[in-house]
Order: sequence, then C-alpha cells, then structure tokens
Amino acid sequence: MTTQDQVIAILAEQAMLETSDVALDNSLDDLGIDSMSLVESIFAIEEAFDITVPFNANNPSESAFDISTVASIVVAVDKLKAERA
Amino acid sequence: MRNGRCGIGPLDIRDVDRLSIQIGGQVRDYDETTHFNRQQIALYDRFTQFTLLAARQAIAQAGLVFAGDLADQSGVILGTSGGGLNTQDENYRVVYEEGKNRVHPFIVPKLMNNAAVSQVSMEFNLRGPSFTVATACASSNHAMGQAFNMVRSGMAKVMVTGGSESMLCFGGIKAWEGLRVMSRDACRPFSATRNGMVQGEGAGVFVFEDYYHAKARGAHILCEVAGFAMSSDASDIVMPSKQGAARAIAGALKDAKVNPDQIGYINAHGTGTAANDKTECAAVADVFGAHADKLMISSTKSMHGHLIGGTGAVELLACLMALCEGVIAPTIGYEESDPECALDVVPNEARDADVDVVLSNAFAFGGLNAVIALRKM
Repeated sequence: MTTQDQVIAILAEQAMLETSDVALDNSLDDLGIDSMSLVESIFAIEEAFDITVPFNANNPSESAFDISTVASIVVAVDKLKAERA
Repeated sequence: MRNGRCGIGPLDIRDVDRLSIQIGGQVRDYDETTHFNRQQIALYDRFTQFTLLAARQAIAQAGLVFAGDLADQSGVILGTSGGGLNTQDENYRVVYEEGKNRVHPFIVPKLMNNAAVSQVSMEFNLRGPSFTVATACASSNHAMGQAFNMVRSGMAKVMVTGGSESMLCFGGIKAWEGLRVMSRDACRPFSATRNGMVQGEGAGVFVFEDYYHAKARGAHILCEVAGFAMSSDASDIVMPSKQGAARAIAGALKDAKVNPDQIGYINAHGTGTAANDKTECAAVADVFGAHADKLMISSTKSMHGHLIGGTGAVELLACLMALCEGVIAPTIGYEESDPECALDVVPNEARDADVDVVLSNAFAFGGLNAVIALRKM
C-alpha cells in the first residue's frame, strides 16, 4: 500500500466512510473528523508508519504537520518517513 | 505562590527518556523514610503519604483531638483521580516487564483510591462518614463540597477534607501524553502563547468544622466555607462547556447568598489548554457581566502544575492566602494577552488586595463542574 492509500484507509476508518468516499482535496471537516477523531487519526498514523507526528491539540493549525487536507497529510507523512530513513 | 515561584521542572522518574513530555510539578527531595516506617511504607502509596503529611499539619493547626462522640461525628472525604497509580505502575512492570509471577501482598490496600481516606481515618480516629470522590480534575472540589454539606446539614461536626494526587510515573504521564494536550515547556494559563497543561503532584487537606463547635472551643477560624455548587455539562467527554461552568459558578454564588459584585478573586481552573481557558473566561464573563472586568482571576497551576484529583485542594490554599493575608497569587508565565481571555489574570506578580469573598473553580473531564465559595471571617 502506498502512503496515500494507508492515510486514506486510516481517515476513512475514523470517519466511518468507505475509502472511495475520501478525496485528496477533502478537509478533515469535510470528512466529519472532529478533534477527538483527529487525535486518534494522528495516533494511528504514527503507529502505521512508525513516525512521531509533531502535533499539539491546543494549536493544531500551528503545528509543523499540515492537516488542512488529505493530500497535505500524505505529503507531511512522506516527509516524516524520509526524515526517519 | 506569593513569590510567584515556579515548581515545574524536569521530571526525575524512571524511563523519562521514553516520554515526550518530560516536565512536571514534582515534589522534590522527598524521602519517605523520614516520615514513615517500613510497615507504613509497605501500605502507603505516594498519594497516601502526601495526604497523611498534609492531614497531620491541618489537624495540628486546628488543634483537634478526635475522641468519644466527636470522633463518631467526624469523618474524612478526599478527592483523587489516580489513587495509587504509582503502585499500579510499579507492579505492572513487575509482572509484565520483569515477568515475575508474584507481587507484594499489600498491593490492593495500597493502590485503592480510598486508601488515603482510610489511613487518615485510622491515624486520627475519625469514625464518621468517610469516602473518596473521583471526578477527575474536580475531585477535590467535589470532596470538599460534600464535606461542607455534611457539616452544614448537621450530619457531621468536623470533616477532614481536600485531596491528593501522585501520577508522575511513566504510565501516568504516558497516558496524558496520548491526548496531545500537554505542554513540553511550561503551563501559561490565559496567555495567547499557552500550549497545554503540565501535571503536578501533592496534597491539600483542610478541617471543616461546625461554626458553633469551633467558636465554643475558641478555635482560630481561617475563613467561612460560604457556598458550593456543582453541575454536569452533559455534552462532551473532554471539551468543556461554557454553560455548564457558568451554572456551577452562578450556583455557588446563590448558595453562598452573595451578589456577583462581592467576589473579589477567583482561583481559576486555568489549565493552560486552549479550550479550558477561553471557555472559563467566557463563563466568568457571562455570570459576572461588567464586574468580570473588576475581579481578579488567576491560575496557580502555572506554578504547581495540574494536580488532577488533588488540584482543587491545593488551589484552595491560594484562596486562603487571599482572604487571610490579602495576597492574590499570580498567574506566572504570562507572556501575551489573548482577546479570548481578556480578564485581570494577575499576570506574573502577586498583588495585595482586600477581598471578602472568593471562588475556586474546578471543571473536570467528563463535564463535571464544582465551585466553592469562601468568605472572610
């Protein structure tokens, strides 16, 4: 599975949607992912890719990890994977 | 608190290098063997030890000895959230990590949440109504509210009350880390630059006594417990609600029969998270209207950290300092004003002020709120 497929699978599970219903330009709001689901999604991403995501729920938009869309999350995950390698 | 000294620093605990949050308001240079003997240590978790030390000070200051009818009419109600979490943490390590098949025989009586209450009850012969309250971050305020109502209703003459917490162990911090609401550097309540909460540990214990009983024995009375109210948000397991907080604050004023403009100081829940601080300020603004800009509200968690189930008890000390000594504890670490927290938060330095009635707020995860009002004697 590519990073993109895995990220979409994780977000779809959190949003209780089919993976086919998750588009790259969707925001987390579009998917109905609230702050609790977001924290769970970040945890699932860290576990799936063995990375540490810099994320503080007090200021989610200010962290270095861009969560504005599904696509931006995929890019951010790839970056963290590359940094780890 | 008067000096605005910060007790938060690097944590000295096992496996701290595996934590992403490595700071806390830890009780330092503490040697249990100077206070307790070997048999006691086998039975007293750190949260019980802190409780007993605080209870000894409080009961000595009150000058009470519990015997006969007074013992039967006096009890202990304390708050804690984690109880003997250190004992759990250590012993899960023993069986899971070290693979041992045997644990110390007293793990259960040491870790149970009511251990501290029971040990205080035994040490001081308190034989009346006694139990532990666990409502996360509001535990101590709920406990003190119950104690207050027991004395007020005549169910008890004297109640030893307050709370304690000691969760600064690997598992205790790791669990909080998961929520992503913790700060890695400091607790800065109400500041625009705040980035989360910091955990603390310790205990606060008070003696709540029937007024006429205290008066008759010539006790030095520190202040009056004037009112108490509680509410439930009934909305979200972690996000606070302005309405729920406001109902508890307004309820405490009503119970104390005071007008909003009589409140000079509020010890805020003020956790330093984005969500709590703005919600709490909005609730205060709602209840107090124009007077919200005149009263002082500070969060001493900036100095001692968030003691979770013990926090309301330790914070009541700041309320006593305000009433008895005319000193308002500051919110330290305050860097930049936040338009969503536009109240007088007593930034960085303590202030001299003459206040007659004060409130102490506690708003717990799970939406359970408890507010106490104290009045100068």
